[in-house]
Amino acid sequence: MTARQSPGIGSVAGIAAAVRSGEISAQSVLQSSLRRVAELEGDLHCFNAITAEKAMADADAVDRMVASGIDPGPLAGVPVALKDNLCTEGIPTTCSSKILAGWLPPYDATVVSRLRRAGAVPVGKTNLDEFAMGSSTENSAFGPTRNPWDITRVPGGSSGGSAAAVASGMVPLSFGSDTGGSIRQPAALCGIVGVKPTYGVVSRYGLIAFASSLDQIGPFAATVADAALGLEVVAGHDPMDSTSLERPAPDLLASLDDGVSGLRIGIVDDFLSDVSAECGATVMAAAEALAAAGAEVDRVKIPELLLGLPAYYLIAPAEASSNLSRYDGVRYGLRVDGPDAETMNARTRGEGFGPEVKRRIMIGTYALSAGYYDAYYGQAQKARTIVIRAFEAAYRNFDVLLTPTTPSVAFPFGSKVDDPIEMYLCDLCSIPSSLAGHPATSVPFALSPEGLPVGVQVLAPALGEVLMMRVAASLEKAAPPGVRGPVTP
Amino acid sequence: MSEPERRISPEDVRHVARLARLALDDDEIGRYALQLSAIFEHVDAVRRLDTANVPPTAHPFPVENVLRLDSVAPSLDRATVLAQAPLAEGDCFQVPRIMGEAP
Repeated sequence: MTARQSPGIGSVAGIAAAVRSGEISAQSVLQSSLRRVAELEGDLHCFNAITAEKAMADADAVDRMVASGIDPGPLAGVPVALKDNLCTEGIPTTCSSKILAGWLPPYDATVVSRLRRAGAVPVGKTNLDEFAMGSSTENSAFGPTRNPWDITRVPGGSSGGSAAAVASGMVPLSFGSDTGGSIRQPAALCGIVGVKPTYGVVSRYGLIAFASSLDQIGPFAATVADAALGLEVVAGHDPMDSTSLERPAPDLLASLDDGVSGLRIGIVDDFLSDVSAECGATVMAAAEALAAAGAEVDRVKIPELLLGLPAYYLIAPAEASSNLSRYDGVRYGLRVDGPDAETMNARTRGEGFGPEVKRRIMIGTYALSAGYYDAYYGQAQKARTIVIRAFEAAYRNFDVLLTPTTPSVAFPFGSKVDDPIEMYLCDLCSIPSSLAGHPATSVPFALSPEGLPVGVQVLAPALGEVLMMRVAASLEKAAPPGVRGPVTP
Repeated sequence: MSEPERRISPEDVRHVARLARLALDDDEIGRYALQLSAIFEHVDAVRRLDTANVPPTAHPFPVENVLRLDSVAPSLDRATVLAQAPLAEGDCFQVPRIMGEAP
C-alpha cells in the first residue's frame, strides 16, 4: 500500500471555470491530463484507446471559442474518459471484446455528443469487463485494469477503467454504464462518487446494449458536486431513445448544500449480515453522521430485496442473450468462416466472445428456452414486481434508503474469477434499484483497516436524484479525511 | 462450488449452445454444465417463489411505442455501413450459403 492522496489534474468545476474565464487554456489542461495518463497508464491500464490527437483538436476548438468570446459550455476544457461501450464516431469502440475488433462506429452516442457540446474534451476509451459483464474488469479481452489504491487489487467493474481513471486523477470526470452495479461498485472500490440515474434520465442511444431494461449511463467524479454537474450535462430527453423520459435534466447543483434536516432516512437491515464488518460498520457510521446533521434515521427491513440477485441473474442474461445475437459475423466485427451461415455464426461467436459473455448467453438462452421460460424468466419478472412493490412500501416511510454499496472492499486479482457465483454476489446491494429503475449513488465514507476505500450507497425512488445527491453531499461533508481519491498509486 | 442438485447435462449444454449459435469445445461444454447447474441452483429461490396474483414486470416504467413523423430524413450512408462488414459485395452483405441441399 503506497497510494497517497493527490489533487490529480483538478476538479471539474474548477477547470471549467478557469477555462471559461480564459485563466487557463483547454490545451494546457489537456496536456496535464495526458502527462498524468502517460505517467500512470503503464501501472493501471485504464484505457483501451487514448485519442490524444483528436483531444488536442477539440481543446484547440474550445480555446478558439473562448478567444472569440463564445462560451464553450459548462464543461469547457474538462478532459473526460468514456467507457468503451459508448459509441464514438470513427474511434474504435470494442466493449473490451475480440468480436468488435476493428469496428469504427458511424455515429456518436448521445452522451458523447452532449459532452462535446458542453465543451468537454474526450481523451480516450476506458477498459471494462467484456460487454459490461463482470465486477472486476478481469473479463476484458485486453487485460485487467488495476486499482490505484493498491495495484494488486481489482478496481471493480464493469466500468473499472472509468473508475480508475478518475481515482488516479488522470481525468476529473468519466462515464460508465450500470446494469446491476457497474458504476456504483467500482466507484466504491476506487474511493470516488458514482451515480446510476433513474432509468430513462440519460439516453442510451449509442450505448452498446447489455440488458436493455436495466442499462443506464452515469458519471464518476471525485466529488458529489462534480458528479452532479456531469449528470446534468448528459441528462434529459432524447428522441433517439424510445425509453428516454420526456423530462428536462434535473437541477442537482442548486440544492446540493441544503442539508438533510428533517429528511427520513432508512438503513436497510437485510444486507448487513451478508457484507464484511467494515462495509456494515460504514453504513452505521454514515447513518450516525446523517442523524447528527438533523435527519430522522431509522432501521427498516425489506427482505424482498434479497430476491433481487437471483432475479437479476435470470433477467439480465436473458436480455443479453437476445441483445448479443446481433454479433453474427455479418455486419461488423469479427468473422470466422464456415461452410454455411450457421457454422460461420457459431464459430465467430465461439471465438469472438470470452468465457463470461458465453456463460451469460448460455444462462439467458437456457432460461428462455422451451420448457423453462415460465419457471425461470417468467418467475424472475414476477420477482421483479415484488422487489418494486417492496420499495414502494418502504418509500411511504422514508425519503431515501442507505445500504452498503458492496459486500467487501477491493479484492485481489484472481480471487473470484473461477467462481461465477462469488463474483455475482458483488452486486447484491446494487441490483434491487436497477430492477426498479431507481437512482442510486455510492459515496466514499471510510477506509478499511488495510487502507482501502469503503463506499456507502444512497437509494432514492424514481426521479429522486435531487434529494439523493443532497444526501450524498451531506455524507461527503461528514466523511473522515483521506477516504476519497484521487490518489497516486 | 458445492455439488449442485439440479443437473444440467453436457447434452443440455450442447442443445443450448446450438440455440445460441455458440461453437464450444468439449472442455467448455463440461465446464458450463457444472457452472450452469450451480447457477440455476442458486437462482432456484425465484423458481420456487409463490407468485400467484403477481404480474410480471418487463420494464421499470410503462413504455409505449414511440413513432416519429413519417417523413424522409437522412440516415447512415450505405457505403460507410458496408465498409464495416467483414465481407460485402455491391450493395449487399456477403454471407455463406444459408440453405442446404434438397434432402
